[in-house]
Amino acid sequence: MAQPILHVTGLTMDFGGIRALNNIDLDVNEGEIVALIGPNGAGKTTFFNCVTGIYQPTKGEINVYNKHKGRQISLLGMKPNQVTQQGLARTFQNIRLFSQMTVLENVMIGRHCRTKSFIIGALLRDKRTLREEEEIIQKSHQILEKIGLTRYENEFAKNLPYGAQRRLEIARALATEPVLLLLDEPAAGMNPQETIELVSLIQEIAAEGQSILLIEHDMKLVMSLSERIFVMDYGKRIAEGTPEEIRHDPAVIKAYLGEEVDA
Amino acid sequence: MDYFIELLFSGLTRGSIYALIALGYTMVYGIIGLINFAHGEIYMIGAFTAFIVATILSILGFPALAIIVLAGLAAVVWSASYGYTIEKIAYKPLRHAPRLSPLISAIGMSMFLQNYVLLAQTSDFLPFPQLISDFNFMEPVAHIVGSTDLVILVTTTVVMICLTILIKYTKIGKAMRATSQDRMMAMLVGINVNRIISVTFIIGSSLAAIGGMLIASHIGQINFYIGFIAGIKAFTAAVLGGIGSIPGAVLGSVVLGLTESFATGYVSSDYEDVFAFSLLVLILIFKPSGILGKADTQKV
Amino acid sequence: MITFQELKRSFFISLWFVFLTFPIMVIRVDSIEKTVQWRWMNMLYVAVGAFILSLIFRYMMRRKEGQSADDDEETSTSDQHLIHRWLTVPRYRNIIYGVMLTLALVLPLVFSTYQTSIMTTALLYVVLGLGLNIVVGLAGLLDLGYVAFYAVGAYTYALLYHFFGMSFWIVLPLGGMLAAVFGILLGIPVLRLRGDYLAIVTLGFGEIIRLILENWGEFSQGPSGVSNIPRPSFFGIDMSLDTALIYIYYLMIAFVIFTIFIVNRLQNSRLGRAWVALREDEIACQAMGIDKMKTKLAAFSLGAFWAGIAGVIFAAKTTFISPRSFTFIESAIILSIVVLGGMGSIIGVIIGAMVLILLPEYLRFLSEYRMLAFGAILVCMMVFRPQGIIASVRRTYTYNKKETADGEGA
Ligand SMILES: Nc1ncnc2c1ncn2[C@@H]1O[C@H](COP(=O)(O)OP(=O)(O)OP(=O)(O)O)[C@@H](O)[C@H]1O
Ligand SMILES: [Mg+2]
Repeated sequence: MAQPILHVTGLTMDFGGIRALNNIDLDVNEGEIVALIGPNGAGKTTFFNCVTGIYQPTKGEINVYNKHKGRQISLLGMKPNQVTQQGLARTFQNIRLFSQMTVLENVMIGRHCRTKSFIIGALLRDKRTLREEEEIIQKSHQILEKIGLTRYENEFAKNLPYGAQRRLEIARALATEPVLLLLDEPAAGMNPQETIELVSLIQEIAAEGQSILLIEHDMKLVMSLSERIFVMDYGKRIAEGTPEEIRHDPAVIKAYLGEEVDA
Repeated sequence: MDYFIELLFSGLTRGSIYALIALGYTMVYGIIGLINFAHGEIYMIGAFTAFIVATILSILGFPALAIIVLAGLAAVVWSASYGYTIEKIAYKPLRHAPRLSPLISAIGMSMFLQNYVLLAQTSDFLPFPQLISDFNFMEPVAHIVGSTDLVILVTTTVVMICLTILIKYTKIGKAMRATSQDRMMAMLVGINVNRIISVTFIIGSSLAAIGGMLIASHIGQINFYIGFIAGIKAFTAAVLGGIGSIPGAVLGSVVLGLTESFATGYVSSDYEDVFAFSLLVLILIFKPSGILGKADTQKV
Repeated sequence: MITFQELKRSFFISLWFVFLTFPIMVIRVDSIEKTVQWRWMNMLYVAVGAFILSLIFRYMMRRKEGQSADDDEETSTSDQHLIHRWLTVPRYRNIIYGVMLTLALVLPLVFSTYQTSIMTTALLYVVLGLGLNIVVGLAGLLDLGYVAFYAVGAYTYALLYHFFGMSFWIVLPLGGMLAAVFGILLGIPVLRLRGDYLAIVTLGFGEIIRLILENWGEFSQGPSGVSNIPRPSFFGIDMSLDTALIYIYYLMIAFVIFTIFIVNRLQNSRLGRAWVALREDEIACQAMGIDKMKTKLAAFSLGAFWAGIAGVIFAAKTTFISPRSFTFIESAIILSIVVLGGMGSIIGVIIGAMVLILLPEYLRFLSEYRMLAFGAILVCMMVFRPQGIIASVRRTYTYNKKETADGEGA
């Protein structure tokens, strides 16, 4: 299949005077792990926000490949929930869990976009609704098992250790059955042990064919996981290529200016 | 034409009173992002304090000017104290609570203060003494513009100028602006944020007290409930102008005052408050950032 | 225990309050008679009161801070209180419900009609509280104009009877639906707003409705209100006043049970989870695929529906309504019930309504201080116990381990 699952062209985003994204072209193909890197304030999170419908970009095209329809669908003007429906799911750089809900419930919320029952269903509790509810619980539980959070299942999300909260964000996003999983600095604030576990978790997920677009500052993680790296600075693309190419790219080295790119 | 000018002036007078109250809303909102629901009550307490002090002084036979100054002073001192205390009790412990908690607390505070005054004083309308006597030089235009209107306009203008100077040029004013832009940053550069918040409440409350005294002598009666309506209207004005913006609050107040004055003058006075509330609902729906406010995209 | 430092601090706070309350508490003037009344005793009360309260305030503050420090253990073993354990275990919960129901059913047999009538009022507030609880407690939308929907329901019955002679049972669902329609019409533009703006707009809306009812005389009979509204009928049987009141009481009981049943189902559904998630974090919620507007609108209009139904019952119960029954104060009372009881908690709201409506009725000397107390309650609850008397308990889900394995095998 030659069609990229995410196809972004000319994406530009202005905040007042600041141009946070400048004419970004980025494709992600099926089954690929792509890393999006760049110094602080480069516009990486803004890219995610535009793609997932949280910000309306100033200019540009965002398309996602819809398997059922067999064609590209434009995400422009869609609300975040519609984008999720189309198969993009994300995690947040600053953890945004539903802190007063249990871990299982957090994941169950992720199932929301793949289920239907509403007021009538809630009141009647008919067969279909009950079946759906059962399915939500089972699937959520399976995902927690996969992510390794089963023992926290009935804890409030806010009471989880930090690393587990980051993993829960991933679990919640996976529950939406995404075509493309967008991870915003999943290893931020983790200790080396947690980071190692995270890497193997992401590899496991990827092994099942999950396409991933990943923002990360931890170069070791980026180099070991990604098949392709996209580097940006001041909202512009400065390089794109395999980890090997990026490692030796003079523009990248210059942008990081002494920051350790070696790994 | 006379009628038009009369309405114009009455609108401006109203507007300037709203402005005095609206500034308190806007300043507090600018600094801690809270709709200080109890602000209208501060204004009401200012009016009551002025009423009590003015009555005592007039029984004691003080001259009119002394009464005005002393009653005004007392209103400012006590309102400011109330503002300061309320912040410490009802808002400060909630600095890090979810956004709605301080708002609910503020609503509670507003109910508490209303009933506190109701129980300690009275539920009746009290006749407020005519503090401002008619000026002779106003005689020829008295049927269009009253002397009280003139005093209100002049006082408000002076107060606004003082406030602008305070905020633009003094150290505390600069600290206030810094805090409202970025509280975290202000804290890092060594500004005592708690003190700035207190000062904001004190200034806002003082302005409301002046407003309370002026309007009470303008309308001629007060009761414990005046703060509620005035508060909502002033809040409307603040939102209309763009909440958080000080010139916005003044502009919004004038626009609201004029709208009300002309609408009641030319359309119908039965629906006076409906106009204000409808305006509030409409602005919030169609332009929640107001005339001078900036639309903010929440950072994610 | 209490150190000298503490006492000294409280002493100064007490002095401050003496100064603060001096003009309002101590002086009372009559500007016409030109007399001044000095009430020095009040000063003493304030001084002592402020002294004691400041000690309590700081003690509670410290306790709260201590609590949040070891929050982890607190909440993971959230059944620290006996009440909580009762509420989490379904069997205990059913026992509580059973006892409450029995008490409620025998009440009219034991007490006078007057008492029963007061109880009916309290139950009406339970329904209103549960309805507002959907909006505020579950979905986190602060609706300060809830009473407007209550008014819509009440006036629907009053006017449909007045103009078309329609009966209670026909209007009951109509009143609810009309209120829900108002909720949707208001909600569509307004629910986009940030939480605090939403609060103010709904407040404005509530006042607009009241002012229209007051001023549009031909339609609503203005400030004098609508009287002679018939009580609900029972298969056309004529009832004496006493019987009618007891009949309404039992209707109310049935209605409360119905409401609890519905709210409980909503709460434990896909929609209910979406509400709570929306309350917790709107952006994350949308990013998880929840349609923000649709979900909020559902909460808002369901809340309105309940207020509308309660309004119809209110009109039928009192047989007279006027705009004065639908002031902001009323919204504030309902909000106090929800906040005191515990946002999102059904039992909490029931207890909140009982405490706030019955207590002032029975402690007559307190009724003057009712609104003062409501205000204080809102502040104190927010400062010391934002989760309310009975914090809502998140449900734990059971699933079939074997079935999971089967699912994977298939
Ligand atoms: N809502 C907003 N309003 C105004 N400016 C914004 C907004 N969101 C982002 N920006 C600006 O856009 C630029 C890019 O920010 P962004 O968060 O995308 O950076 P980033 O690459 O994710 O950085 P980091 O590695 O620190 O997360 C920054 O200058 C930031 O201040
Ligand atoms: Mg970022």
